[in-house]
Amino acid sequence: MSDLKITNLHKHYGAFHAVKGINLEVPSGEFTVLVGPSGCGKSTLLRTIAGLEEASEGSVEIGGRDVTYARPRDRDIAMVFQNYALYPYLNVKDNIAFGLRARKFAEPEVEKRVARAAEMLGIGHLLQRFPRELSGGQRQRVAIGRAIVRDAILYLFDEPLSNLDAQLRDDMRVEIKRLHRELGRTMVYVTHDQIEAMTLADRIVLLRDGIIEQQGAPLDLFERPENRFVAGFLGSPKMNFVKATVKGKTVALADGTALPLPQQSKAKSGQAVLVGIRPQYIALAGPRAAAGHARVPVVIELVQPTGSRVHVTLPLGGTSIVADLAAHDVSKPGEKTHIDIDMTRAIVIDPATERVI
Amino acid sequence: MSALPFHRRPGPRLAFRYVLATLLVIVFVFPVYWLFSISFKTPDEIFAFPPVWYPASIQFSNYRVLFKDGDAWTVWNSLVLASVSTVFAMILGTIAAYSLVRFKTGGENLAVWIISQRMMPPVAIVFPIFLLYVYLGWVDTFHGLIILYTAFSLPYVIWMMRGYIEDIPLELEESALVDGCTRWEVLWKVVLPMARSGLFATAVFTFIFAWNDFLFALVLTRTEVTTYTVQVTHYFGGQSNFWAKIAAMSVLGTIPVFFTVAIMQRYLVRGISMGAVKG
Repeated sequence: MSDLKITNLHKHYGAFHAVKGINLEVPSGEFTVLVGPSGCGKSTLLRTIAGLEEASEGSVEIGGRDVTYARPRDRDIAMVFQNYALYPYLNVKDNIAFGLRARKFAEPEVEKRVARAAEMLGIGHLLQRFPRELSGGQRQRVAIGRAIVRDAILYLFDEPLSNLDAQLRDDMRVEIKRLHRELGRTMVYVTHDQIEAMTLADRIVLLRDGIIEQQGAPLDLFERPENRFVAGFLGSPKMNFVKATVKGKTVALADGTALPLPQQSKAKSGQAVLVGIRPQYIALAGPRAAAGHARVPVVIELVQPTGSRVHVTLPLGGTSIVADLAAHDVSKPGEKTHIDIDMTRAIVIDPATERVI
Repeated sequence: MSALPFHRRPGPRLAFRYVLATLLVIVFVFPVYWLFSISFKTPDEIFAFPPVWYPASIQFSNYRVLFKDGDAWTVWNSLVLASVSTVFAMILGTIAAYSLVRFKTGGENLAVWIISQRMMPPVAIVFPIFLLYVYLGWVDTFHGLIILYTAFSLPYVIWMMRGYIEDIPLELEESALVDGCTRWEVLWKVVLPMARSGLFATAVFTFIFAWNDFLFALVLTRTEVTTYTVQVTHYFGGQSNFWAKIAAMSVLGTIPVFFTVAIMQRYLVRGISMGAVKG
C-alpha cells in the first residue's frame, strides 16, 4: 500500500510553472528524498503535499484518501520546517505538545507522548527551557520532536538540516535515519544536498525545473543515471564528461586516446558522444590493468588533499578531469604517471538529447 | 538588552549638560506640578499674588465638590467609552490586519486607502455625522460614541497591527496549520502571542485617542454621556473660571491614563520574538 500518491500534479505561480506534471507513489514506511538544485520545485511539491500550497492541477492522495482540496490539519501529516518554527513564547515541552493539544488529546496522554519523544531525541532535560535558550542543534531536535510526537501517516521534512553547521548536520543525519528505522513511518524529505539524499534515502526522487528526472534507490541513480543531469548531480567530486567519438568497440577522445566502449552502451560506431567517468573509478595504474579498464598516461596538473582522499586534476582528451585517489597514492603536480579508468562503470551520453545511450 | 556606554568626563562640559537637563525637566514637569498643586489648594491660595508655590495643607474639598455634584461621573463615562471602543477596534482591526497581510485582501492598495481615512480631519465630518446621529436618534448615547470612536481608531489599529503581523515568520503559522489548528486558532494561539507587545502598544494609543477626544464628545453629547473633556470646559465661566474644579477634574482625567500606561509599560518594551526562527 502506498501512503502518498501524487497524480499529474501541476503548480503555477502566475506565469511561473513551478511543478510540471509530477507522478509519484511512496510506499508505506519508505524514506523518500526529493532532491534537486534550488528552484527545481522540490519545496513547492512538499508544500503542496502538506496543503500549504494549492495544487493548480492534479491530485494528492494520503493514506488512500484524496486530500487535494483538504486543509493541512485534515491531511494527517506532520512537518519539520527549515527554520524550526518553534513558538518562542512556549517552552520546549509546550512546543512539542502543541500539535497534540490542538487535536484535543487528553493531558495524561500528552504528557506520556511528550516524554517519549523527548527521550528518543535526548532532549528530556531541556523541557522547561525556551527556544531562545537552545542551540541550533537542540532547536532542530525540538522541531523534530514536535513532528514525531504525533501518529501521522506521513512525515514531511523541508530542508531541516540546512541551518546547521557541517558537524551537527552529520550527527542529525544519523539521528533522522535512526528515527526512521525505529518509527518505521513514511517520510518525505526535501534537500538540495546530494550527500544527504544519498545517505538517508530508501529512494531518491531527483527533480529539475518542475519535473522528475529520475527516481530509484540511491545506488541505482549513482551507478545507472538515465541522463547527463542525474549523472552530474549525484556524486562528489562531480562526474567527468569527456567528448569522444565511437569507433567500433572503442571511444576515441580528441587527443587520440582510445578507451573501451562500456558493454551496456548502445552507441553506434561513428557517433559523437560524451563519456562520463566518475572520479572514484579512476585509480593510479597498478601492476596490470583489469579487464575493461583502460590504462592512460597522464601528467598531474593539480593536487587537492582532503585527508584520507586526494582530488587530482589531470588533462585527458582535451579537457581536465578529476580523479579521487587514496591519499597515500599522491603524486606531485607535473609528475608523469599512468592511470587506470574503470570503463565498465563509465557511461556514454548522446550530447544532442543528453540521455545515456 | 545592554545599553551603550555613555562616556562621562567630569568638568565644565558635563556640568553644563546637567544644568541644561535640569532646566528642561522643570519646563516640562512644572505645569503638571502646578495642575496637581492647584487641585489641592484653597481659593485664596489659588488667586494669591505673589503665587503660593505649594498648598499649606493638602485638602480634598475641590474633589469632594466634583463627586457631590456628580461631575466626577463624566470620568467614568470617558472610561467606558474609551475602553469599550478600544476593545472593539482592537478585535476588528487585528482580524482585518491579519486578512490584509496573509490573504492580500483588497490587493496592494487597500491598506493605503485605509490609512488615508485617518488623514481626514475629524472636524470635516463631525457635522454630517451629527445630522446622521440626530436622524438615527444616537446623539447623547454610549453606543453612538463607541461606534464613532471604534470607526475612527480602526485605520490606526489596522495599520499598526499590519506591521506587527508582517513581522511574524510565516513558518510559525504554517507549522500550526499542519499541527491541527484552524485559521482562527492560528490567530489566537500564534499571531496574538507573537504580536503581544505591538497589540498592547496599539491598544494604549487607541485608548488615549478616545480618552482625549473633545470634538466628537462636544458635538454629539448633551447631558447623559458627557465626557470629562467636555465637562472641564463647563468650568470656564463668563465672569470667572473655576480653577479649582478645572484642576481637580484634569487630575481625575490624567490618573486613568497614567495607570494604563504604567501597567502596560512592561509589555510595551519587552521583545518576545527572540528565538522564533534561526537566530
